[in-house]
Amino acid sequence: MGNTPLNVSALRDRLHHLASREGISQWDLGASRSNSASVQVDRGEAKQLKASQRSSITVRVWNQQGLVGITSTSDLSESGLEKALMGAHQASAFGNSDEVPHFSPLANAPTEPLDRPLKDSEGIQSLLKHLLEAEKELLSRHPAIETVPYNGLNEGSSERIYLNSDGALRQAQRTQASLYLFARAEEQGRKPRSGGAVRLALGSTDLDLKGCIDEAAERTISHLNYRPIDTGRYLVCFTPEAFLDLISAFSSMFNARAVLDGVSLSKPDTIGQQLAVPFFNLIDNGLHPAHVGAMPFDGEGTPTRALRLIGDGHLESFLHSEATARKFGVQPTGHAGLGAKVSVGPDWFEVHRSEGCRPPADHLDHRQTQDSFVMIESLNALHAGVKASQGSFSLPFDGWLVNGGERISVEAATVAGDIRELLRSIVQIEADPIVTHEGVCPHVWVDGLAITGEA
Amino acid sequence: MQTTTTSTTGIFNLDPCCSPWEQRLNTLLSVGLAAGADLVEVFLERTDHLGVLAEQDKITSVSPAFGMGAGIRVFRGARDGFVSTNDLSDTGLTEALDQALAMLQLERSTLSGSNSFQGLSALRNFAATKNDWLERTPNLDVITQRLLEGTQCLQRLGQHLEVRRGNFSRDWQEVLVAASDGTFARDIRLHQSSGLSVLAADGDHRASIARRYGTTDKPNDLCDWNIEASAQEVCASASTMLRADYVDGGQMPVVLANRFGGVIFHEACGHLLETTQIERGTTPFAESIGESIAHPAVTAIDEGLSDGAFGSMSMDDEGMEPQRTVLIEKGVLKRFISDRAGELRTGHARTGSGRRQSHGFAAASRMRNTYIAAGPHSIDDLIGSVDRGLYCKSMGGGSVGPTGQFNFSVEEGYLIENGTLSKPVKGATLIGEAKEVMPRISMCADDLDLAAGYCGSVSGSVFVTVGQPHVKVDSITVGGR
Repeated sequence: MGNTPLNVSALRDRLHHLASREGISQWDLGASRSNSASVQVDRGEAKQLKASQRSSITVRVWNQQGLVGITSTSDLSESGLEKALMGAHQASAFGNSDEVPHFSPLANAPTEPLDRPLKDSEGIQSLLKHLLEAEKELLSRHPAIETVPYNGLNEGSSERIYLNSDGALRQAQRTQASLYLFARAEEQGRKPRSGGAVRLALGSTDLDLKGCIDEAAERTISHLNYRPIDTGRYLVCFTPEAFLDLISAFSSMFNARAVLDGVSLSKPDTIGQQLAVPFFNLIDNGLHPAHVGAMPFDGEGTPTRALRLIGDGHLESFLHSEATARKFGVQPTGHAGLGAKVSVGPDWFEVHRSEGCRPPADHLDHRQTQDSFVMIESLNALHAGVKASQGSFSLPFDGWLVNGGERISVEAATVAGDIRELLRSIVQIEADPIVTHEGVCPHVWVDGLAITGEA
Repeated sequence: MQTTTTSTTGIFNLDPCCSPWEQRLNTLLSVGLAAGADLVEVFLERTDHLGVLAEQDKITSVSPAFGMGAGIRVFRGARDGFVSTNDLSDTGLTEALDQALAMLQLERSTLSGSNSFQGLSALRNFAATKNDWLERTPNLDVITQRLLEGTQCLQRLGQHLEVRRGNFSRDWQEVLVAASDGTFARDIRLHQSSGLSVLAADGDHRASIARRYGTTDKPNDLCDWNIEASAQEVCASASTMLRADYVDGGQMPVVLANRFGGVIFHEACGHLLETTQIERGTTPFAESIGESIAHPAVTAIDEGLSDGAFGSMSMDDEGMEPQRTVLIEKGVLKRFISDRAGELRTGHARTGSGRRQSHGFAAASRMRNTYIAAGPHSIDDLIGSVDRGLYCKSMGGGSVGPTGQFNFSVEEGYLIENGTLSKPVKGATLIGEAKEVMPRISMCADDLDLAAGYCGSVSGSVFVTVGQPHVKVDSITVGGR
């Protein structure tokens, strides 16, 4: 996938020239470019083959009053760049005088080296061959698996740039490939059921195709035997994916931008307070070796770094941009976007239990326990069922009711609660962290969660 | 104060009357057919977006963006290859076409095709009267003033408000569609939406309420927005929901309000009537044309024609004029929503429903303005028929999965006890399956109304309208605590 990188020096020189002409002395620019190819198949035939080349730039300028304006475009031509600069200058008349972003003080600081070799592309016909084989294999695993309606194999390369009028210049490239397989199975007289799996890698040749097929098949088959569940309160075990999805949906708790805007459950003085059980730890680690989408710097050029958010149950840090960090009197953390109002977001979560700490239900192990519990495999519709500013959630889920080691898939059901109560009701964090495509997390157990079923 | 409109005029022009696009497209399509493709389609667009955010009593974000690009799709039999690019130079488009051809094992140089291109038809220029729309939209002075009016209204009308926000979004899009079957059409679309949101807090009680309003093809819509009424609605809802209890989950009858209540049909059934779902094998209704799939009280329509509605259009993203498509009539399935590929692969005739978020997506069959038709009942009839159930006054988002199981959240709900509304409740999520729920929509009121929304699916996020009158569902799973 070795695409020629953008000529950053030329881009900087063009912008410098245009800015000087317009009397703009302070500016910065973020740019990205990507190439990707993807395939989808349907019962032994290619369904759609896609490729894309995308580029975009975002230009920010400070006017003579010190106010900031911004404009984005996909037009990297000379005229596109000129128009973006002029648009940003015009928009700066409406800049927010109460909160003017500055350049990140770390925009020239050294970045951590990332061991992410760029991988060659296989080409779309090769992707198609692999996906057809994967679909065929998955369909052969059980007679009830009739289709794999959601599938895709993708490979691509991307590039990110940050530069500013103070001389900062960042450039990074990466390659990435992904595979997803979601099967649909139906037995005579029974409702259709589904299950799936996802794999990411730096290149398509590194993708764990067999693991993805095995997992998708195992999950789909495990849902064929289903029944409704009684409404009530249950001991619940979250799979790593499900728990990471939930904690990510409430990441505004750790987001300094949301805190300052008043839409977070946290306040500035929440730092140091106990948010979770004392054996709970949460780290945002955009540099984790398994994070294939890692980039060495954020939208403001601040280096990416690992940051402990919750340590032994206590809130230790917020995620920051330059502007929020300045208000809190700390350094930016490498979690910013680039905007008129700079957004802040997490990179990649790691959850683990504290060393030497014994959770109250340390005997629970999702593979061995004989207790009755609900295993939540995946949470659905997080965009609709999570009220991050209120702390509440009410979410459909896929999972199993487990009794004495026997798993029965749960027919349509929802799980509901409050994230603050949930974090304080964790009774077990299993010892083995599991690396998923969205973070690292062990199985997490919570007692007394409300589940509504159809029984 | 300085004013600005980020006009795209002059960057490049898609109007074939004053640009060389017709010749360039003729060449591309001819080359594609000569290489052996059955059909080649080129979708060109340029866009101009503006987002503005007001928080408390300040403008905190003004975010203009503009862009351009092309999507080239090549069909060979039922297969297709699609390539998108931001590079609209001759070289860029030719490389994209080559890449799309290669996906189908075709090569430009082979000249193996037997198809000969007959040339583009005369341009159908739906944009002829819309060229000045972007310039006619409000400038930033007006936009910021209106949003600040909104947040000030919230301050005046609300209680316990910790956060007050007003936002505005304007999406202007010019498209030119050309295909080797002669299709040649140009349009300009203008979608504008504005909204208010609040976070109310009192001790441990919190409520976040948002309302968004949207229109298409009405350049001056922001100036017509009744800010006072919107602010009153948001503040009243926040005040009610601030101390509302969480709903107890279970099976119960529900009455869903009109306007955004239509999300139930959108998620429960509408997606399953898109031909993309037949292609995937994920709709239970694939063989059900002419069969009863819903209660006889239900007639459902999808159309792209309602004046100013968010899902309306002069042509779809494949150059076809939209239709009024009756999907279900008195409970009987009549039609599917179909696009070019859907017609090719499933045999269901196109309905002017080929839609995409941008040039980065191939068009797919997608809903437009989708609603359940009005019925004979009053709202009181519906509420009065329920002994114990839930009234869903305001709905949030939802989704549908590969097995047809759908869900959506309730933002503002009330218990129904002995045929009357009682206390407010929050935290409800409704889930079910289309085949089970559609026959349970047993009563429709006479107050059909529509609401603007966004729908994300295979071809990206598109502007849609959902709608319905008040409807009663005899029984559904209400997820709660």
